[in-house]
Amino acid sequence: MIDIERVTKAYGAGKSRFLALDDVSVKVQENEFFTLLGPSGCGKTTLLRVIAGFVDPTSGSVTMDGTDLLKLPPHKRPINTVFQNYALFPHLTVRQNIAFGLEMLGRPKAEITKTVDEMMELVKMTAMADRQTAQISGGQQQRVALARALAPKPKVLLLDEPLSALDFKLRKDMQIELKRLQTETGITFVFVTHDQEEALTMSDRIAVMHAGSIRQIGGPHEIYDQPAERFVADFIGDTNFLSAELLDVLGDAANVRLPSGKTISARPSQGIAKGKVTLAIRPEHASLSPPDEALLPGVLSNVVYFGTDTHFHVTLDDGETFVVRAQNQPGREAAFAKGDRTGISFPAGVGQVLRD
Amino acid sequence: MSQATSREKRTVRNRWLLLTPALVILFVAASGPLLITLTYSFLTPGDYGGVEWEFSTDAWFNVFLQRDIFDDTLGFADAHLSILWRSVKLSLMTTVGAIILGFPTAYFIATRPKGNRDIWMLLIMIPFWTNLLIRTFAVMELIRNEGTVNTVLMWTGVIDQPIQILFTETAIMIGMLYVYLPLMVLPLYASMERLDFSLVEAGYDLYATRFAVLKRIILPLVKPGLIAGSILVFVPSLGAYVTPRVMGGGKQLMLGNLIELQFGQGRNWPLGAALSITLLVIVMFALIFYVRAAGKEEIGHG
Repeated sequence: MIDIERVTKAYGAGKSRFLALDDVSVKVQENEFFTLLGPSGCGKTTLLRVIAGFVDPTSGSVTMDGTDLLKLPPHKRPINTVFQNYALFPHLTVRQNIAFGLEMLGRPKAEITKTVDEMMELVKMTAMADRQTAQISGGQQQRVALARALAPKPKVLLLDEPLSALDFKLRKDMQIELKRLQTETGITFVFVTHDQEEALTMSDRIAVMHAGSIRQIGGPHEIYDQPAERFVADFIGDTNFLSAELLDVLGDAANVRLPSGKTISARPSQGIAKGKVTLAIRPEHASLSPPDEALLPGVLSNVVYFGTDTHFHVTLDDGETFVVRAQNQPGREAAFAKGDRTGISFPAGVGQVLRD
Repeated sequence: MSQATSREKRTVRNRWLLLTPALVILFVAASGPLLITLTYSFLTPGDYGGVEWEFSTDAWFNVFLQRDIFDDTLGFADAHLSILWRSVKLSLMTTVGAIILGFPTAYFIATRPKGNRDIWMLLIMIPFWTNLLIRTFAVMELIRNEGTVNTVLMWTGVIDQPIQILFTETAIMIGMLYVYLPLMVLPLYASMERLDFSLVEAGYDLYATRFAVLKRIILPLVKPGLIAGSILVFVPSLGAYVTPRVMGGGKQLMLGNLIELQFGQGRNWPLGAALSITLLVIVMFALIFYVRAAGKEEIGHG
């Protein structure tokens, strides 16, 4: 559907030259919820603005179903955007805001009225039709911005951190709502966020970006369970990193030796070589065990209670800190107390071997 | 009577006491001269200027009408009416011209990087701080027959006779446009600076052409600045004195010059006073009409 090929965007020149996008290639498929995920300043918004037409890339090509998008000004692209601050027209009512795009396309009046009514129904804003945009709440503004962008029935909808201004509960509701709208309308969504949880819950596929380039593209499971590199493992969820030595790789199993001398099998990633590597382990995959049975012995240095689960901070014998997350069950007491000599264990196959 | 109400009374009295200086100044400085002017317009002109304290409506009669000196027939005061018409026409043209020139200027400045905007605004303000007479003479130097514009045009062979601009209505308009342009740019810039340019992007995103974005998004949002600027240009243009005097060469009078004439050589203070009040009334009606019209459109839009 959208084919982004070798797109680079440079700002400034000479020493102050800065690459907002560094040789980015990605294909967004038809009817897909595609997320660009990364920390602020990673270039995700720039990439979105390149697709929308507000930023011209320095080099590279952007095509949509074979037509060159870069030759079209923003108002000629069949793409609409939900802006981060919603950018609702303050001098127009809710209804007029939603009708704006259709009016600009020169659709007949009857059709505009019908589509706007449908859209207001879709986002449940019918009761607010004649309100000024300043008179409605943040969540409602969000819905209007969505309806306004969906009304012209674009082929692609771009969403620039649309949920970041909402409070926690509303954000949860809107996540489900957005996913529902995407399924119902069948429009391709390109969603930009820095919130990994948002990305994991809604996306069909995620592109993790860092410093202007895409580091990994894949489904939520793949991104979470098999991070391709240390940045991805670190950015998505919590991860413990252990330095280890790669002994050999046999198909899907890589044998590594831990600092304690014990060996265990883990999943290999691409481009790893024998010698020093990093082993990434999710806190929920590890558990506490007596020091003599543990893979890595240490001292329980801190216990942090989170309600649904408890985080155990273990200072390993080599001085590194390892976090173990255990779900809380009523009536079950923790086996270890702060200051106890303990150790951590994890089953074979849960660790991910990364390049050091 | 309870203590609370007496304390309240004292507070109210103190408030009025504190307000007194401001009220006195307002009354003396704003209403005082106006009352004097209004009174003078109903008196008889003195032989050597000033007024005789004798009630007369002659001045008001003479504002619009005149008696033929030969056959005593009543007719409209053509001279006054043409000056009035010229004043209104030139002021309107100046306002429109200021919008045409000032709008892109303000937009240009508002879209510069934040650090550079002050410098651009300074460039707009510097002429504004210069003496009005000097600025007017500078424009005169540009457009007179041997001035810069004509010299360049003759030298490049575009014309072979200098264009007579000076001492025409066009000259007055050019002069006023130059003098009052900053008064349009300032409020326009102020409202454009507050404009959220993501709204402009949203407009483009929703299939609006450049013109549609200007008409449907930018114009409605900067309308308060446009109204303020128009008032700030129109009102002083209508009563302008120096610019028409210099640029019109005494031939193309505007209301300000006519009023001055009555208080000076004309020695008809009551007529001058009546004309002043007329000017005031025109301005008031123009403002009410303009603000109403602008406000109504806004309601119509939503």
